[in-house]
Amino acid sequence: MSDDQIPARGAEPEAAEPPEPGQTPAVGDERDTGSPSRFSGVLREIATGGAAISVFAVVLAMVAGAVLIALTDDNVKTAAGYFFSRPADTFSAIWTSVSGAYTSLFQGSIYNFRRPDFLDGIRPFIATLTFATPLIAAGLGVSIGFRAGLFNIGGRGQMLVAAALAGWVGFSFDLPAGVHLVVALVAGMAGAALWSGIAGLLRARTGAHEVITTIMLNYVAFYFISYLLRGQGLLQAPGSNNPKSPAMKPTAIFPALLGPRYDLTIGFLLVIAATIFTWWLLNRSNLGFQFRALGENPSAARVAGINVKNMYVYVMLISGALVGLAGANQVQGVITTGFTSGIDAGIGFDAITVALLGRSRPWGVFAAGILFGAFKAGGFSMQAAEGIPIDIVLVVQSLIVLFIAAPPLVRAVFRLPKPALVTRVKTTRIQGKKAVVTK
Amino acid sequence: MSAVTVQPGAAQPGASGTGASPTGITLARAVVKSWKAPIALGVFAILSLVLFWGFGRDGVSMFQLSTSSDAIQLPDLQLPTKLTGVVVPIILVLITLWSFVLVYRARKVPLWLVSLYAALFMVVFLAWASAGDSLPVPGLLVGTIVLSAPLIFGALGGVICERGGVVNIAIEGQLLAGAFVASLIGSVTHSAYAGLAGAMIAGMLVSFVLAAFSIKYFVDQIIIGVVLNVLVAGLTSFLYSTVLSPGGAALNSPPQFPRINIPVLSEIPILGPVLFRQTIIIYIMYVTVAAVYFGLFHTGWGLRLRSTGEHPQAADTVGINVNRTRFWNVSLAGVIAGMGGAFYTLTSVGAFNKEMTNGAGFIALAAVIFGGWKPLQATLAALLFGFASNLQNVLGVMGSPVPSEFMLMLPYIVTIFAVAGLVGKVRMPAADGKPYIKS
Repeated sequence: MSDDQIPARGAEPEAAEPPEPGQTPAVGDERDTGSPSRFSGVLREIATGGAAISVFAVVLAMVAGAVLIALTDDNVKTAAGYFFSRPADTFSAIWTSVSGAYTSLFQGSIYNFRRPDFLDGIRPFIATLTFATPLIAAGLGVSIGFRAGLFNIGGRGQMLVAAALAGWVGFSFDLPAGVHLVVALVAGMAGAALWSGIAGLLRARTGAHEVITTIMLNYVAFYFISYLLRGQGLLQAPGSNNPKSPAMKPTAIFPALLGPRYDLTIGFLLVIAATIFTWWLLNRSNLGFQFRALGENPSAARVAGINVKNMYVYVMLISGALVGLAGANQVQGVITTGFTSGIDAGIGFDAITVALLGRSRPWGVFAAGILFGAFKAGGFSMQAAEGIPIDIVLVVQSLIVLFIAAPPLVRAVFRLPKPALVTRVKTTRIQGKKAVVTK
Repeated sequence: MSAVTVQPGAAQPGASGTGASPTGITLARAVVKSWKAPIALGVFAILSLVLFWGFGRDGVSMFQLSTSSDAIQLPDLQLPTKLTGVVVPIILVLITLWSFVLVYRARKVPLWLVSLYAALFMVVFLAWASAGDSLPVPGLLVGTIVLSAPLIFGALGGVICERGGVVNIAIEGQLLAGAFVASLIGSVTHSAYAGLAGAMIAGMLVSFVLAAFSIKYFVDQIIIGVVLNVLVAGLTSFLYSTVLSPGGAALNSPPQFPRINIPVLSEIPILGPVLFRQTIIIYIMYVTVAAVYFGLFHTGWGLRLRSTGEHPQAADTVGINVNRTRFWNVSLAGVIAGMGGAFYTLTSVGAFNKEMTNGAGFIALAAVIFGGWKPLQATLAALLFGFASNLQNVLGVMGSPVPSEFMLMLPYIVTIFAVAGLVGKVRMPAADGKPYIKS
């Protein structure tokens, strides 16, 4: 290990933190004189910022996905059999399989150029927004937990409870059009909030770790809803043997947002509202400040007079309500013909990766939800068109989060420069050190 | 739930008499009363009264204690269901009252009393559920071992990992990777042992990623764990669809481990068939449990490992390379969890399936916490979970009066109770989940 690498390693994890106050002016001076060039400084900032890391992480994950697709493609395997006699065949087979997969991914999620007019061509993007709706809602719920230092893995259970309650209100009551929709939605969100609140209460009163209790509550909810769906007179559709509920009444169904041509419902508007609410809550409200204080340092929060125990309960209630919005959206907006115990569709777990990718910032979660919605929409069309299992989407999604979580890794792969401030501070440090050494 | 009262300690005659001691402090003795255990027992006592008095069943419950192949045949144990259902709940109520008295007198409820209570509850419940039928006790217990084995391996991996200060949410991923690779390598090489070795390496590779990201890049360990689970689930499902299933029997029909009867021990009534007529992987499990327990608490390796999990700075000061210790022990944890995965494809199920572990890794995690980060207790917790899910299987065959969903729910509810009521105060390793950044 050479001499100047040692401080570099030490400085790496502090990349996100502001440099030491004493050294900042020196850096400023250096930049003002513009010693290397102003242009390279700008480039450096673009290349090292959070956005660049995110983009490169997506690229890296897509490349890894492409490798997987190429490795498992039958034509590639056949062509690789005679690689040394005709290597070009292998490369063209790889190109065909990978480009075919990603083209259908794009056409299934953003815009389909094969369609004649714009309104049809944009349909995949609307499908992306439809898939993104519950992901954003549940992701917001998980992210509020993260900001307060609580890990809500109970999305599945909370969504099931919300779906069951919203569904029950939706198919068994006769209410006026607007009221019915709202009552079902509120019932679902309240149910999920209470279900999640159990974990918060247990954490507050007994110290039981919410990771364990929410996982356990997932299973309890799943089996309980399965039981209810199996019994006549409970949630099962009358006269049916399938563990499935009756269809929702039309008054409880979310109306379409862009007309009957698209699947997008007003659920998407609700999710935008939820994102704004979460932003306001976390960044502007008193309660959100207490949440964040709790997340930063629970001991300091307690010393500052924040009622930590109550906060645990409030965080889990609000987090559960937002996940409940996703659950209610499933029965009121997506599958309105009656639900089964698989109504959560894995969104409760996807929400965790969405919240991580969005770095638990409301608008970050919103963007991450749309990205994952695009993967989901495109993944289905890729499966249908190219026969590539949709599980590849899971791989790509998790790789994205892995890479984003470790900026040094992405920087190493793409040989990106280190963030400017830290690098320059480091050079001064190195010089200082060398001076000491030569003495 | 717990109240602390401070009583003045017994006056110390020497200290206060002559005033010779300048401090003259009389020590106060803090009395901690925890009402959690009695309340938990009370809940179950009330439950037993409602269930067994309110819904008493007639008939005789037979417990088969021997299998037909045993050398020593024990007679069946017969209990009159109604009488058992009346008498045992009374005993349970008496134990509960006694525990209230004990706590009132500021004494702890002894563990043997809780164990006795649990055993009695189990007996009366089994008698009630199997009224007019016979319950094969060895079958119940053999199934328990089979269902517990992956949980025990996973929990041991979790204990090692977390004792070293790295939270291991990725147990699920390690199990799944182990199951996949064991099936693939076992099928290709026609050797179950090669499959087992492959599973160990697969578990270790998952651990490498966990270790690299959490120890080298200081990424949040819970995040890496969750993402790794998704990644492994996606990867194995993708490869299952594209490689294993088209390959058919050639790639996904691994040879199974044969059952080995230990000569004398396997003839012990009840215990023999349960513990000593198993496959080699179960015997490896016994050795692993003992080795992990002995290693953690009676060897230098265990001391170093625990010191890096409790106080890494101190460990570093005495010359332990904290991050290297953590890295290799996280890898070791992956090896152990990988063996648990191999158990699915090489013994209990026989072939790989998409997401076949079905949340076992999370149950193993619950066992780690339920067991207070101690290997033997975590093993017992895993056995409890295995027992509860197998009980549902056995009672389901017999046509039990309880809906199967509620039986399936039981282990999770018990865990919530246990985490909240009985082990809420268990202390996790002090530096668990905190990366060690040497400054």
